[in-house]
Amino acid sequence: MAGQDPVQDPSLTPNIAPEASAPAEAATPAAVAPGEPRLELRHISKSFGGVNVLKDVSLQLRRREVLGLLGDNGAGKSTLIKIITGVHQPDDGEILFDGQAVDALSVQKARDLGVETVFQERALAEQLPLWRNIFMGRPLTGRLGFLRTGEMRRVTAGLMGESMGFTSAMLTPESHVAGLSGGERQGVAIVRALHFEADIIILDEPTMGLSLKETEKLLHFVDGIRGAGRSAIFIDHNIFHVYSVADRIIVLDRGRIAGEFPTSRYSLEEVMGIMREVAATSAYTEAERYRPTQASTATPWAEPQRPS
Amino acid sequence: MSTAVTGTATPGRGSVKAFTTTWASQIGITTAFLLLWLTFIVLAPETFLSQRIYQSFAQTTPYFAIVALALTMVIIAGDIDLSFPSIMALGMVGFVSVWNASGSVELGVAASLAVGGLAGLFNGLIVTALGIPSLVVTIGTQFLFRGLTLVLVGGKSFALVQTQQSPTYDLLAGRILGIPMEFIWLVIAAVASWLLLNRHRLGQNTYAIGDNRQAAQLMGIPIRRTRIILFILTGLAAAFAGLMNSLQVVNFYPTMGDGYLLPTLAAVFVGGTSVFGGRGSIWGTFIGAFMIGGITAGIVAVGLTDFYTKLIYGAVVLISVSIHAILQRRFEY
Repeated sequence: MAGQDPVQDPSLTPNIAPEASAPAEAATPAAVAPGEPRLELRHISKSFGGVNVLKDVSLQLRRREVLGLLGDNGAGKSTLIKIITGVHQPDDGEILFDGQAVDALSVQKARDLGVETVFQERALAEQLPLWRNIFMGRPLTGRLGFLRTGEMRRVTAGLMGESMGFTSAMLTPESHVAGLSGGERQGVAIVRALHFEADIIILDEPTMGLSLKETEKLLHFVDGIRGAGRSAIFIDHNIFHVYSVADRIIVLDRGRIAGEFPTSRYSLEEVMGIMREVAATSAYTEAERYRPTQASTATPWAEPQRPS
Repeated sequence: MSTAVTGTATPGRGSVKAFTTTWASQIGITTAFLLLWLTFIVLAPETFLSQRIYQSFAQTTPYFAIVALALTMVIIAGDIDLSFPSIMALGMVGFVSVWNASGSVELGVAASLAVGGLAGLFNGLIVTALGIPSLVVTIGTQFLFRGLTLVLVGGKSFALVQTQQSPTYDLLAGRILGIPMEFIWLVIAAVASWLLLNRHRLGQNTYAIGDNRQAAQLMGIPIRRTRIILFILTGLAAAFAGLMNSLQVVNFYPTMGDGYLLPTLAAVFVGGTSVFGGRGSIWGTFIGAFMIGGITAGIVAVGLTDFYTKLIYGAVVLISVSIHAILQRRFEY
């Protein structure tokens, strides 16, 4: 599955117009060489009610890179994601988009900067029809904020046919999410993210509750994101899923980055061994020796390489 | 794609099911309404086949139906407002003071709406800023607004006879072709609410917030602002209803609105709006209001003593709510 070229499968990238989506205020795509940092976190800390959920976390996400984020429950993955998407604000540290520091990141601001998150079914409203879910938070509106319902229904119908692969005749843009299977809901969440031409796509536990076939389809989707010149952060419990699509894996442990591993240099077995050690022993120091260079966050890997 | 419902082997059934799924609750409440109506017509034809009782309904039902429309949106968003009966009176304090000072009915109307809007804003700010459940907050503000009204007017009532000289009076409490203005305003309010709820960004956000507040937050919906706007709309609706009611009886008394709390809530819930949020309709509330409004008159006309009113009232509310629950489980997954 790692050897497949995502670009050759047209069904995977229907709505991903390469480089068509850089926000106006960011540097133009042409000016940014491939592989340059699209998003950077510097020394991010966050605590809730006295508990340090994130401690001095720094990481980079580059263009055309899929970054895997692994870690146990409570490692701080969700908090990290919510900081990147503007749901929470960090207590300390900086967030940079295209090298520019962004203050007071909100959900709306993060979106304008091209961040889109697939929060799985948690971010769907069950009693609402599909089209209202696709356009949740940013409906197409005309004068005075009135909805362009016809257009939203049409776009949803189009997405259902082309991108979600919904073939059941019983599903229409008016269908309620409550009647959808886990995989179908996942499809809605992903297509929603892709439709809005995000170029940083965050997938939070996207394979949870999916069948084998649906998982495979999802992993193709992630490959397609890279193929379209965009970036993704892929969070999952399942190391097999993450390893198979990620260019680089960051292991998060109890709020710290325990190490980062390009999949081109580390085998699946090695990463698994490290993970086991991180989980079992005093995590941070043990993982430290696997860091290839001390300054790995400052000097990122040369070119994201895929074992292809 | 929109025609794809009919694409399988059983096209007719497919479209019927899709239709029923979407409208189950509203079809249910409309059927219940028609049945109740028919019962009254059969049992008391001389009353329910004459025009007079409908003129009476058309005048009295809007006093709480207009508030019920705004309240429907508040409840769909997962909140509730119990303070509107007090806002009905508090708005009139604004009317009376400005009208007395300026002699202008129009300015008085503007003042009462402003007071109503501000009272709603007050509710919304406390609910969203302090994170206190709206049920608790509006129980508090219900007393607060009523107390404020009583203190400000010293418990007195005011004659409003002189407002009848103003053309604005006819606009709010008069009749056109025999139709009470109250009913015309209710229709306008219903159409406006329907547009806001179903065809406007506000309604889109309202449904999403009530359905899944976490999702709404993750998707960047302005939750606080939306909830505050809905409380303001309820305040405006309450002040407007209080105004129409006071002008109709050409008298303002500071306990006005007290009896409207339960009929208004009943209209909303009989109409199929879910107390858990995320579900509800303007049509349902509209029909529900006339059911609630018609029951008392209907029971008396049918020849039962007034003792039966509350019994039947309660039965109608429970049966309607049960119909919604069953229909929703059956058709709406």
